[in-house]
Amino acid sequence: MNMQTKPPRTAAEQALLDSYAEMVGQLPGDARVTVARDRLLSAIAEKGLPTKRIESWHYTDLRAVLRAVPVKAGGSARAAEPLVRDALVCPVVQGQALMPRVPEGVELSPFMELLVSGEAAPLLSSRGADDLVGELNGAFVSDGYRLAIEAGRELDEILELQSVQAGGQAHTRFLAEIGAGAKATVVERHLGETSNAGLSSSVSTLDLGEGAEVTWILVQGAGEADQHLGQTIARLAAGATLKLFVINAGGKLVRREVHVDVAGEGAHFDLRCVNLLAGDSHTDVTMTLGHMVPETTSSEIVRNVVLDRARGVFQGQIRVAQVAQKTDAKMSCNTLLLSDEGEFAAKPELEIFADDVVCGHGATVIDINADHLFYLMARGVSEKTARALLVNGFVDELIDELEDEALVEPLRSLIEQWLVDHG
Amino acid sequence: MLEIKNLHARIAEDGTEIIRGLNLTVKAGEVAAIMGPNGSGKSTLSYILAGRDDYEVTEGDILYNGESILELDPSERAAKGIFLAFQYPVEIPGVATMQFLKVAMNEQRKARGEEELKTPDFIKLVKEAAASLQIDMDMLKRPLNVGFSGGEKKRAEILQMKLLAPQLCVLDETDSGLDIDALKIVSDGVNALRSPDRAVIVITHYQRLLEYIVPDSVHVLYKGQVIKSGSKELALDLEANGYSQIIEDAA
Repeated sequence: MNMQTKPPRTAAEQALLDSYAEMVGQLPGDARVTVARDRLLSAIAEKGLPTKRIESWHYTDLRAVLRAVPVKAGGSARAAEPLVRDALVCPVVQGQALMPRVPEGVELSPFMELLVSGEAAPLLSSRGADDLVGELNGAFVSDGYRLAIEAGRELDEILELQSVQAGGQAHTRFLAEIGAGAKATVVERHLGETSNAGLSSSVSTLDLGEGAEVTWILVQGAGEADQHLGQTIARLAAGATLKLFVINAGGKLVRREVHVDVAGEGAHFDLRCVNLLAGDSHTDVTMTLGHMVPETTSSEIVRNVVLDRARGVFQGQIRVAQVAQKTDAKMSCNTLLLSDEGEFAAKPELEIFADDVVCGHGATVIDINADHLFYLMARGVSEKTARALLVNGFVDELIDELEDEALVEPLRSLIEQWLVDHG
Repeated sequence: MLEIKNLHARIAEDGTEIIRGLNLTVKAGEVAAIMGPNGSGKSTLSYILAGRDDYEVTEGDILYNGESILELDPSERAAKGIFLAFQYPVEIPGVATMQFLKVAMNEQRKARGEEELKTPDFIKLVKEAAASLQIDMDMLKRPLNVGFSGGEKKRAEILQMKLLAPQLCVLDETDSGLDIDALKIVSDGVNALRSPDRAVIVITHYQRLLEYIVPDSVHVLYKGQVIKSGSKELALDLEANGYSQIIEDAA
């Protein structure tokens, strides 16, 4: 007799399978791509959505929290003005790339072309048993960009990869190949235009050549009801530096995975993450970071502001390979918990196989400092403004690290606006 | 300007009574010094005047320009012109000093129904005030009080006082941690603010500060009460003979 051990499919799981059946005929790709898509979808169908029993999904029981999977496409949407003035917007609207002009030294092509030619087939693969985000995106991806910056090119112009959605589903992929010694600043921005519940996924793969320097600013500003599953995968060659700034300031359900391999000597990785959480939202930032070779460094600072009944998660895993002597890695997660009903879970995980390393982690949860509040109020600043100043100050320390006023200023106003809207 | 009548106050958290029937009157134009041994309630009095909610007033009243201020929160008191120069100004990372100064000045203006300052006017005011206190503008680019030396913090307090132009200034042990040069700069800053329609309360342990900021009246605080008031000579007497004789006389 056949024992039925799998739980019955949830409505969301069934809707995913149904929408694949409905969409697969229209999704771009050659036969190899279709085979890869089918394989990924079968994996999802087989395993179901991850539950809290899967360790990396422990704090985000996706099976329980992913409720609505819209089958139909959303309404109409338009590309937005860039976050940073004069940046070059590369828009993906409702899952479709609209090619902009391209600056010198940069190759840009729609990801759809790679699907159609079949080149993308090897990319549509799973990272492992619990890679729902990669599998979902690989099965459904319709477009995005491949971006290549030539070796030695210092890009003055800021590029903004912008994904805009108005309900429905959208699955995009960005491939960024940064040549040796190249320097660039890229904004990756996910926006939602309506209050309709949408489901979107995105996978960005960053490949940094030797000595490349990249500042990558990822802004999640989806609509209130949006569900976004995102992945940033980066590999750093020797001497490369990646500064990844993540700002989560929207969405009902957000899973943001960051998987980084610091794979070349002298490479450095920074993660600065600001989570602004309000309402009934659930936001999960999960990082896995591998120091694979000797003499590499990293630092991760996550700052969370939690209001209302919002829930947040940060899982930070740092693995130091046995050969990776002289690794220096620091991780901290600080939460300003401003509501009795809010919640934040922080899980650090260090797996260190080398013996000559400096690795540290810390997590704090605080309320507004009463001495600070009194000091500001004693100068005539009203309680509301004083609180806003202090909350802002708590996250502004990270923004300030960007140093470039052109970047700092719009991020500051984004945060200030969020505080005004939710304060 | 300020009338404190039979004030009783305790620590809100544990009910310990600190101020026990304090009476004090300070007139416009007056500089009043409050002296007293450790634990007599000097700093508590300054916090209560500024409206810190760690303390509860259980009896008596504080009248400022004839009106009770007990129901006002610290920002409302500040907008009405009460300023406390902190003994230990707090460091607030992430809040830029210039931004803070601008917000504070404009919030006070707003509360009084005045127009907000334009940025160039604001910067001009700060530059002038900073120069008179020998404060480097680079210092003001840092987060509020962060990494300031003890002397810089005290000068920054006086800078704020100058910019906010309060009617009642309360200086809580402004001399602590200052070397003689800094003490002189700070005192000059305070003296420059003396005017017929402004009152200053100087809280201090030592007579030294009063050589630079010469008071019109001196009040001795002990166990939460003013036990003796007098002219500036009282401070000299205290310096020479200590508090014990006065405490004995009052008992």
